[in-house]
Amino acid sequence: MVWLSPVIALTLTALMAMIVFAAAGLNPLSSLATFILAPVADLYGVAELLIKAAPLVLIGIGLSVGYRAGVWNIGGEGQLILGVIFGGYIALHFGTDGGVWVLPAMVIAAAMGGMLWAAVPALLRTRFNASEILVSLMMNYIAQLWLSWLVFGAWRDPAGFNFPQSQPLAPGALFPILIEGTRANASIIFALLAVILGWVLMNRSFVGFQLRVTGLSEGAARYAGFSTHRAVWIGMLAGGATAGIAGVGEIAGPLGQIFPTASPGYGYAAIIVAFLGRLNPVGILFSGLLMALIYLSGDLAQMSLGMPSAITGLLQSLLLFFLLTADVFIQYRLRYTAPARATEGAAA
Amino acid sequence: MIEQVIPLVVATLVAGTPLVYAGLGELVTERAGVLNMGVEGMMVIGAIAAFAVTQATGNVWLAVLAAMVAAMALSVLFAVLAISFRANQVAVGLALTIFGTSLGSYLGKPYVGMALVVEPSALMQAAARLPLLGPILGQLHPLVWLSWLLFAAVWYFLYRTRRGLVLRAVGESPTSAHAIGYPVQRIRYFATLFGGAMAGVAGAYVSVLYTGLWTEGLIAGRGWIAVALVVFATWRPGRCFAGAYLFGGATMAQLFAQSAGIGLPSELMSALPYIATIVVLVLISRNATVMRLSVPASLGKPFSARA
Repeated sequence: MVWLSPVIALTLTALMAMIVFAAAGLNPLSSLATFILAPVADLYGVAELLIKAAPLVLIGIGLSVGYRAGVWNIGGEGQLILGVIFGGYIALHFGTDGGVWVLPAMVIAAAMGGMLWAAVPALLRTRFNASEILVSLMMNYIAQLWLSWLVFGAWRDPAGFNFPQSQPLAPGALFPILIEGTRANASIIFALLAVILGWVLMNRSFVGFQLRVTGLSEGAARYAGFSTHRAVWIGMLAGGATAGIAGVGEIAGPLGQIFPTASPGYGYAAIIVAFLGRLNPVGILFSGLLMALIYLSGDLAQMSLGMPSAITGLLQSLLLFFLLTADVFIQYRLRYTAPARATEGAAA
Repeated sequence: MIEQVIPLVVATLVAGTPLVYAGLGELVTERAGVLNMGVEGMMVIGAIAAFAVTQATGNVWLAVLAAMVAAMALSVLFAVLAISFRANQVAVGLALTIFGTSLGSYLGKPYVGMALVVEPSALMQAAARLPLLGPILGQLHPLVWLSWLLFAAVWYFLYRTRRGLVLRAVGESPTSAHAIGYPVQRIRYFATLFGGAMAGVAGAYVSVLYTGLWTEGLIAGRGWIAVALVVFATWRPGRCFAGAYLFGGATMAQLFAQSAGIGLPSELMSALPYIATIVVLVLISRNATVMRLSVPASLGKPFSARA
């Protein structure tokens, strides 16, 4: 039953997309088919799907570790940007040396950066009881401003016609391409590794068990002697590390250089990915692919119909809404009962 | 001396006003035990509704009304899911923010880069002639004056009326309120709708009067700061009101530092409100006893009469 609501949510979202198409004067059914199939009709398209899905899956897995433990990490976007900043620093300063250590160093630095950003809400939550939701969200805005400051300032390419962008990354600082003739790169491997590690951690390890118990009932966890502080730290750092790696994967992959807008909202979209995948690593793999498809369809709608790019986010957020609604209808049997009359006078 | 202070006061009041509206609205919602984290999304929708209406009609008051209706529609969505259907309030609030933000940028696409010219109203010109306060009042839109009335009204409602007492009772113990015969769900609906309407006004204020220019990401986390503000205020209207201007001041500090030629990067100054929010949250939350005594006891917990 738990898998029924993503299916319902998807169907409803497809219906909404068809309404949007009909409103734009198109044949709803055939345009829907076009927008689902056309982006992945050839190998290049499939590769594009994979490189968009990779960061979503990666961050989705990291966030789900926290969500399972009841730790609300909303800072995926900021943690991703820290991955861009830390990984980008290594790439820009040591990329031209061409050493084999450059790429691993970039990935490690990016993971450290993301974890550093996630450590702030974790520390403030465990030490000072501050809401990790609000703190991690504020950190997103701060990270974005930090990246802007770098790219508009010290990192701006002197030969870039004054555009806010860094120099192109040296070839030695780019992720290797997996499929010849496409942009599919090694970030896909990181995503798959995250799925496996996430599954082992949550389903086959004692730590994962402790996290799940903490999420289901904090009281029970404390009674069993499981540290809730540790759950906050693990939940936060998992999200930070994966988001950081996803961030460096963007600049060392599809982008090839550093822009102030390094992420098309992957940090927020990954929240939807995590929920849509039911906080389950395998589910997240599929929901990540699906959300990536919505990105591609949105790009297509933008190019062929001139629709605003925000159509992507709109459909993705509708998906989340439908999912939450479908969950309610599956978990509860709603019955309408007539309100009692007699108490009306007392209430007024 | 006074000539230098007045712009500072005016700027702080202007920057604080959206937080007064959104913060007081969210405060009432949370006092009824409902944690609506979708303030940011509702503000974005209010902002675009108001911008579009001002663009079409030039009437600011009509725009504010449209913003209230639009943001309230979003809060109805929240209320149905989180209050009637008992879905997780944090998740629904997040969904509301993501939805509102993307719907706002979808609808706002044709308006990107457009600027509004809002004439100073006759009321402002009249107020400017007042003695003593004239120089300040004359520069503030009547919507700012109304926010002071709102504060007084919210305070009076919560602490001096029977209905306010009932609302607080619902937030502290919905079971007891229900047992005495108060309609818990209906009161929570009203509180949520009120929060939505106020978030709408806040969004309208930002897009029409504060920036007067439509860009994506216009609200820039103000809705989230409003949610943090309610925590900082320990759910008390007076502290919420004062806190809004504290954050308004933090926003203004960057403009004054820039004009004074202080050589700090503008990005660092822009980050100040967010840093200030974190610092303030830490300062208030570290005292667990104060938090436990202040937070509405049923905050974020769904209620069902049969449970």
